[in-house]
Amino acid sequence: MTRPSPAELARLLGDGWDPAPAATRAVDGAAADGPGVRVAEPATADAVWAGLDGVPDPEVPVISVVELGIVRDVHVTGDGAVTVTITPTYSGCPAMREIERDVRAALVRRGWADVRIDTVYAPAWTTEWMTDAAREKLRAYGIAPPRAGAAALVALRRATPRDQARPDAVDRAAVPCPRCGSADTRLQSAFGSTACKALHTCTACGEPFEEFKPI
Amino acid sequence: MSDGTATARPAVESLLRLGDDRLVLGHRLSEWCGHAPILEEDIALGNIALDLLGQAQGLLKLAGALEGHGRDEDALAYFRDAGEFRNVQLVELPRGDFAHTMIRQFLFDAYDVLLTDRLAGSPHADVAGIMAKAHKEARYHVRHSGDWVVRLGDGTDESHVRAQRALDALWPYTGELFAADAVDVAAAGVGLGVDARTLRDEWQAMVTAVVAESALRMPSSLTVAEVPAGGREGRHTEHLVQMLAEMQVVARAHPGASW
Repeated sequence: MTRPSPAELARLLGDGWDPAPAATRAVDGAAADGPGVRVAEPATADAVWAGLDGVPDPEVPVISVVELGIVRDVHVTGDGAVTVTITPTYSGCPAMREIERDVRAALVRRGWADVRIDTVYAPAWTTEWMTDAAREKLRAYGIAPPRAGAAALVALRRATPRDQARPDAVDRAAVPCPRCGSADTRLQSAFGSTACKALHTCTACGEPFEEFKPI
Repeated sequence: MSDGTATARPAVESLLRLGDDRLVLGHRLSEWCGHAPILEEDIALGNIALDLLGQAQGLLKLAGALEGHGRDEDALAYFRDAGEFRNVQLVELPRGDFAHTMIRQFLFDAYDVLLTDRLAGSPHADVAGIMAKAHKEARYHVRHSGDWVVRLGDGTDESHVRAQRALDALWPYTGELFAADAVDVAAAGVGLGVDARTLRDEWQAMVTAVVAESALRMPSSLTVAEVPAGGREGRHTEHLVQMLAEMQVVARAHPGASW
């Protein structure tokens, strides 16, 4: 897959994305004390939300953990302690520890060292929480966005009259190719490189592509 | 909270039953990693295993908290002996060939999609959250394994024979999924479990429909004497002992280690 250039990524991601190579970026609190870094602003819920919106999902870096709906809540107490509540996208998502670390690092980098991270299961995460803007970023990146509507599940087993009678069998349409837009695509596997993605092939342009599965 | 109270014990037991089914089956699926017949299947089985392990992690964490003896999900997974596990025997059987794995998975997934749907409505917020997510995952799982049941059953002569052999061999073990006891009934009463007897008809209908598409033959109904049972009370096959020896060896060799 052709990856977007840093400039392209910056355009897709909008303000807040730092296109500098990772090695030159501050990665922990200590680096935040270096020259050129301004004094920490007071921690407010709005400022924390804004800070978290720059934290990319480690597996789908084109969108942030806020845009994905992983960050459920932010709470700041009078003494500046920050509590961030997150929820996993899938039960066994192996990226959750990395997300915790990235969230903590992003806030420490802003000068807020007292950070607590709570993981909650309820309500269960859903792709319904993803904004239209985030879906468009995914598509531009080459990942077919999750189709709206909880019913939009991929049919792996051959459709039968029994399937058609099921309430979740409403949307059986093929996933449009994010590259050429063709609807002439087929599912390779509902289980892709990460738990949240399925693998498809476009018959029209011949390219394989990933889909962010609706769940 | 203590496990000595009348309400806590069934709740803890029920959470262990739910968690252990997923932990053990997840481990069995993960044994395919690097061995599946095609790359996509390697990835699929690994993903399904991760879902089940993640669900187990949440459920065992809750079980440990409710038990009140300071055991977390890792202590429950790695420092219990086979007799303390509460999974059904179906999930602990060796993975066998690919047909055996997929038939077993489908029999469990069809049960799981019904069970998780019920428990997504639990009044206990954490159980409801874990199960609501598990239900979404189970819907993908059952489509996947159901597809394989049809492909293997209606595939080559070889795949048909193997799938039928697996279905016949595994069928007696499905009885235990629906053998609700006093613990299940009590846990169902407080929304921390399900009286699985109430799931059986719908499960039977789902399985029958897919088997009918697959050119496989449904096994005949079983007498009570033919149905293995006891996993929910900690009576297991030697296969679980062997599996746990492998699964737990690193944690037990280095207790308290972190990496």
